[in-house]
Amino acid sequence: MNPRRKKRLATTLAILIGLGVAVGFVLFSMTQNIDLFYTPSEIVNGKNETGVKPQVGQRLRIGGMVVPGSVERDEQSLQVSFGLIDTGPVVTIVYEGILPDLFREGQGIVANGVLRDATTIEAFEVLAKHDEEYMPPDVAEAVGKVHPNGVGGDKQNQGSGY
Amino acid sequence: MIAEWGHIAQILALICACLLAVIPMVGSYRGYINWMQLARPLAQLQFLFVAIAFAALCYAFIQDDFTISYVAQNSNSKLPWYYKLSAVWGAHEGSLLLWILMLSGWQAAVSVFSRALPLVAIARVLAVMGLISIGFLTFIQFTSNPFETLLPFYPVDGRDLNPLLQDVGLIMHPPMLYMGYVGFAVAFAFAIAALLSGQLDAAWARWSRPWTLAAWISLTVGIALGSWWAYYELGWGGWWFWDPVENASFMPWLAGTALIHSLAVCEKRGVFKLWTVLLALSAFSLSLLGTFLVRSGVLVSVHAFASDPSRGLFILAFLFLVIGGSLGLFAWKGAAIKSRGQYEVVSRETLLLGNNLLLVTATLVVLVGTIWPLIHKEIGWGTISVGPPFFNLLFSILVVPFVFLLGLGPLARWRRQSMAKWRQRILFALGLSISSGIVLNAVFGDVQEFHAALGVVLGIWVVICTLQELLSHQHGNQTLWQALSKLSRSHWGMVLGHLGFAMSVVGIALTSTYTTERDVRMQPGDTQPLAGYVVKFEQVGPMQGPNYRGTAGEFSVWDGDKQIAQLHAEKRQYLASGSMMTEAAIDAGFFRDLFIALGEPLGGDAWAVRLHYKPFVRWIWLGALVMSFGGGLAIFDRRYRVARRRQSSPAQAVQTTEGEAG
Repeated sequence: MNPRRKKRLATTLAILIGLGVAVGFVLFSMTQNIDLFYTPSEIVNGKNETGVKPQVGQRLRIGGMVVPGSVERDEQSLQVSFGLIDTGPVVTIVYEGILPDLFREGQGIVANGVLRDATTIEAFEVLAKHDEEYMPPDVAEAVGKVHPNGVGGDKQNQGSGY
Repeated sequence: MIAEWGHIAQILALICACLLAVIPMVGSYRGYINWMQLARPLAQLQFLFVAIAFAALCYAFIQDDFTISYVAQNSNSKLPWYYKLSAVWGAHEGSLLLWILMLSGWQAAVSVFSRALPLVAIARVLAVMGLISIGFLTFIQFTSNPFETLLPFYPVDGRDLNPLLQDVGLIMHPPMLYMGYVGFAVAFAFAIAALLSGQLDAAWARWSRPWTLAAWISLTVGIALGSWWAYYELGWGGWWFWDPVENASFMPWLAGTALIHSLAVCEKRGVFKLWTVLLALSAFSLSLLGTFLVRSGVLVSVHAFASDPSRGLFILAFLFLVIGGSLGLFAWKGAAIKSRGQYEVVSRETLLLGNNLLLVTATLVVLVGTIWPLIHKEIGWGTISVGPPFFNLLFSILVVPFVFLLGLGPLARWRRQSMAKWRQRILFALGLSISSGIVLNAVFGDVQEFHAALGVVLGIWVVICTLQELLSHQHGNQTLWQALSKLSRSHWGMVLGHLGFAMSVVGIALTSTYTTERDVRMQPGDTQPLAGYVVKFEQVGPMQGPNYRGTAGEFSVWDGDKQIAQLHAEKRQYLASGSMMTEAAIDAGFFRDLFIALGEPLGGDAWAVRLHYKPFVRWIWLGALVMSFGGGLAIFDRRYRVARRRQSSPAQAVQTTEGEAG
């Protein structure tokens, strides 16, 4: 091979190896870090698409509405628990920490956590959306209540816009 | 009335854009000089009309013109005037108008500062930008018109600006970010024009470099501002969330960083031409993809946004048109472009290629992580989320070889680097950085963390390599000062860019490993330890602001017997919207931040309180500022002005600027 070809070959090989390694890493760490999204009914009855129930100890993401009147706070610590519902059974979320500003009873939230037992999730993160009117698409879908239009009655939704 | 004026200006701008996209382009193929000459005035006219439209919207906000639905939705008469102004880009419609203002601004700037460009080139560049303008102006006109009115029934007062956005960070963050996003349109237009003419030479690279740098600087500052804003305004003390919207701005930044480096190779050595063009096309396509992701509402994000399927569809179609069209052109014309110039395996070219590959890999990682949930859902596997651990893991792996190459690059010569001369320097830098990194971490860190030590080692590695490179310019009996003062501005730009990056890496590594976060229950009078300090909750009481009321907590921070800070944290409830907001209290310092935020009331006077100690967090943003300053120096390099008049070949450019990475 002449030097020019050799150099090209080296470059191409380097690129291919680099890409291969990168793709491998990406796929590997992706499988390690994906959190499946469940609704409260799916926790109890299994996922809609596959019927698979989550296992105890599994990391997952859950979205639903906070059941009004279900928020219970520990007097001495920051421990809090509340019920989460979509269209079926209620599951309990246990969380230690500070809830987001927009957390309200009757509002949609998303939590990341670990399934402790069949209907209890220990959350390490609770998210509520910036916007009062806004509902995460996942939750809106789960609750079966899609907000097509903003409350203004015109075709604009309120949003932070970026 | 003002709404109509604004609307008319907006339509006139659209007409200008249509003319701009067609006349100069046709002229450039038919050889009609006067048609091509129309490009500059049309670009400037379009800017003028968009500016009028934008000014009209600003005026409507300042005047509380609630007949305009967009104003009524996003402003309130009690809002201070500066927030009324920033509310103009506080939501979808207005921010698009800002976007198009930026695009027209870049267009006008290109038309003014490119006197030396051949007429054909400038006609095509501006025509391509005109095409992009058409896309966005029709989008704004037909799906998101900010001038839509609510007549005859309009509200007495507005719904108020989202309280999160009532902040200085928001006044500056979106304009900078958009300037960056849209700035890549210039690099894109230059690349398309070059492909059309088939002339991808050093002159092309030299013309696009300052523009690409300008876009990159704006994007860097914009992202840093956004991160800083999230840090103090969202009240969680985090500075990066791997949120889809953040990722959307990060992807063009990564591609843009690769682009400014490969443009350098292209200009100096005449190689990597096709690769550079591809990067220029990708950087802007990724900006558009980001817009699509943000605007269409297909992704769950902490940034709430207006979701409207027709908008999403429009941008998706536009995206396909731009990406498909440009890649098609690339496939058609690209084959004819040959890179001349040779280089050996051990050379600066190879190192820069490595840098590019790593940056592109990083871009792909972000892209995959951002859109994978979307694909996963579409093919019916259920909804998933790809969380920060994924990105953190991959980035902490990618940054190591990246920084390693970053240190080596400037030390290597173009074409060929002899290993013998190099080895000594590398070993010296490696030994010194690893040992000092470990020692520093052992002396100052309370807990030994691998990631923190790694970050410090990487930072020191860059500093030592940069110093070695600077010292290597001293020849014969020159003093060091004489040698350094001969270096060009773009050389200093490179030095600062690299040092700034190292600073950010160190900041990220130390903040993420040594941060102490405590969520505690506190009553007035209580004290809590925090990283060697003592935090005392002094008092809590009601407060009243112009458009909100709330609770204020006073804290004092003690180091032994000495009070080092008095902090004032607030919990606000905005009157018009009823939303709650946390205003964190931050005692900022060069080496550490103390961050206190009121969480939620727990009955009586007790509050859940967030106490954070964040070492070196400022370095993340300071590093970004240093990087951008470096970029700024590079833009004002003398050769961009001199060389424009003197058409020099790549070979000459190499001679005159030997040893620079710019």
